[in-house]
Amino acid sequence: MSMETILEIQDLHAGVDGKAILKGISLTIHPGEVHAIMGPNGSGKSTLAAVLAGREGYTISAGTVRYCGQDLLELDPEERARAGLFLAFQYPVEIPGVNSTYFLKAALNEIRKARGLPELDAMEFLHLVREKIKLLELDENLLKRAVNVGFSGGEKKRNEIFQMAVLEPRLAVLDETDSGLDIDALRVVANGVNKLKRPDNAQLVITHYQRLLDYIVPDFVHVLCDGRIVKSGGKDLALELEAKGYDWIMGCSASPECVAAAT
Amino acid sequence: MLSTTLAPQPTQPVTTPAPADLPLRAVFEQLQRTRTEPAWLRAARRKALEHFEQTGYPTLRDEDWRFTSVAPVAALPFRPASTSFASQFSAAALARLPFHGLEGDRLVFVDGHFVPELSQIAHRTDGVVVTSLATALAHQPEDLEPHLVRHARADDNAFAALNQAFFTDGAFIRVPAGRVVAAPIRLVFLASGREPDVTICLRNLVLVEAGAQATVLEHSTSLDGATHVTNCVTELVTGDRAVVEHLKFQDDNARAFHVAGFHARIGRSVKLLAHSFALGARLARFHVRAGLHGEGAEAVLNGLYLANRERLADHHMIVDHARPQCASHEYYNGILSDRARGVFHGRILVQPGAQKTDAKQTNKNLLLSDEATVDTKPQLEIYADDVKCTHGATVGQLHPEQIFYLRARGIPEEMARQMLIHAFAGEIIDRVRCAPVREELDRLIWDRLEQQEHLGLGAHD
Repeated sequence: MSMETILEIQDLHAGVDGKAILKGISLTIHPGEVHAIMGPNGSGKSTLAAVLAGREGYTISAGTVRYCGQDLLELDPEERARAGLFLAFQYPVEIPGVNSTYFLKAALNEIRKARGLPELDAMEFLHLVREKIKLLELDENLLKRAVNVGFSGGEKKRNEIFQMAVLEPRLAVLDETDSGLDIDALRVVANGVNKLKRPDNAQLVITHYQRLLDYIVPDFVHVLCDGRIVKSGGKDLALELEAKGYDWIMGCSASPECVAAAT
Repeated sequence: MLSTTLAPQPTQPVTTPAPADLPLRAVFEQLQRTRTEPAWLRAARRKALEHFEQTGYPTLRDEDWRFTSVAPVAALPFRPASTSFASQFSAAALARLPFHGLEGDRLVFVDGHFVPELSQIAHRTDGVVVTSLATALAHQPEDLEPHLVRHARADDNAFAALNQAFFTDGAFIRVPAGRVVAAPIRLVFLASGREPDVTICLRNLVLVEAGAQATVLEHSTSLDGATHVTNCVTELVTGDRAVVEHLKFQDDNARAFHVAGFHARIGRSVKLLAHSFALGARLARFHVRAGLHGEGAEAVLNGLYLANRERLADHHMIVDHARPQCASHEYYNGILSDRARGVFHGRILVQPGAQKTDAKQTNKNLLLSDEATVDTKPQLEIYADDVKCTHGATVGQLHPEQIFYLRARGIPEEMARQMLIHAFAGEIIDRVRCAPVREELDRLIWDRLEQQEHLGLGAHD
């Protein structure tokens, strides 16, 4: 494959406990691109995010995932992160007792070490944090707390994007980052994501609703249904989906979940 | 346990042969003949012995000892530690102990006997007394009589009775009304291991009078790996509005038996912060008794126990709300690996009339292996109607979702586990108010977690 490809998924089949969830996904992402994956509940969106990030408990039964020239599926989650893959969690985890700043500094330095960069000391890290935190309009005091503990729902989501800003991933996978956000918070988050876009990185935005894509404008939209990408197109596809519902997509109407979700 | 370099040099011949093992009563009578103590104490000792003779050691049939068998202690001969090794330790050896760099007074006891040469007591003119109990008994028994052996009662448990009958020495601390002792007063209890299977009985009395403030750190450890029984009882008496921080750091060797008591009489508007850090011993049992005897008092009882291999760490708590408008908060976390066992028994008693009581108890346990176990037993007895009492216990493993979150940010799995375990211990360590002690504890406990392979990962030689 070309080194200019960031992610290349081919015929990926994956499941949990013997139940097939992804049933043959193929997707290629190049530098500078923003891809959106849309789909109803149960279509496999979060499973795709989980498999890409390396969450335990999923069985890959077929297919390949190449990431920047490497076999992604061979890597541990931490190796993927150090190689520049970032997952913004749908449900960011609270970690009592682990200080946010300490955690993020440890993470950044692991990633820097892997890239052959010197570790940042406390002062350098503080400067970086101050610069990046403005982007997300987050209160700096939140970083004195334990990871995600006592954060509101919106703060948790903004904190994910703040971490993304600090860690500067090559590929960011945003798993329903819009869920639970009001319109103002959504705008802040989307604005942050947009500012992090560069010609040499890429974003994979997973969402149920078209709403987020008003703010994060994708180059490509893929519709996931029952574990398959049933349609791909430009940004207009998202608008069409919004207007017509998921059951409009061919091959998807058979799934009652899709019909129910397409409201 | 410390490295053996701390132990006396083998060139020192052991001249006293191990005494023939005598029945308990004979040992007692022999000691009693040599003692020159006030009559009230002699009588109290005899009463305690008689009490023990009646009850004997507890068994698993005893409700308070259901999960903790002291049969291995009962099987040992009762052999009080002699004084013959106390003076063989150098100050340099002492410098290798944790907390050594701390400012403040230090009383050092080897095998239950006070060693003035290793101790360090500031000269004072403000009436604050820091000395050995034996010295205080010799010179100011009238100060001790109203308190000593009155708060840790011989009928509390068999080991308290034994302690009362046999204690050799300990610390006497008195902080007069309004005085503030800023630096922590450190009590160091060393087991030399020079005689096999000895029993070391220590008794401390701490008086913090009205409006006075003090921090006391008890540090118990072994100088080598020999079996010993350490039975250490502390009585704390507080005047109105006193502020006290008490820390017990138990780090005996993995063959030792450590049975201890902390008995606090808590006066009006007193703030007590009492910590237990139980890191050592094959069997560790700590009786914590907090009696809230004045209105508006607050007690925070905070503890962390770490156990690996076949070891057992047991905390037996009784919080007695005797007066209204008192608050007690118990926070105990346990980290257990291998086949270790944790026991937490937390009794909260709210007496009739103790209205507006605010009592909270939390016991959380982290099991790092499938074979580690914990028995946690809350027990609430409430005889007042306008009270707030809560209790909660959890037993669980490291949260896989938390580990994944950390790994997904580039943090290696082992470091992620370490961070989470450290955080669990840190909840307790963070409640220590005395900053230099807290920082040292943090280092020590973290080192220990790594050394003892509590993490359940790597580090296997």
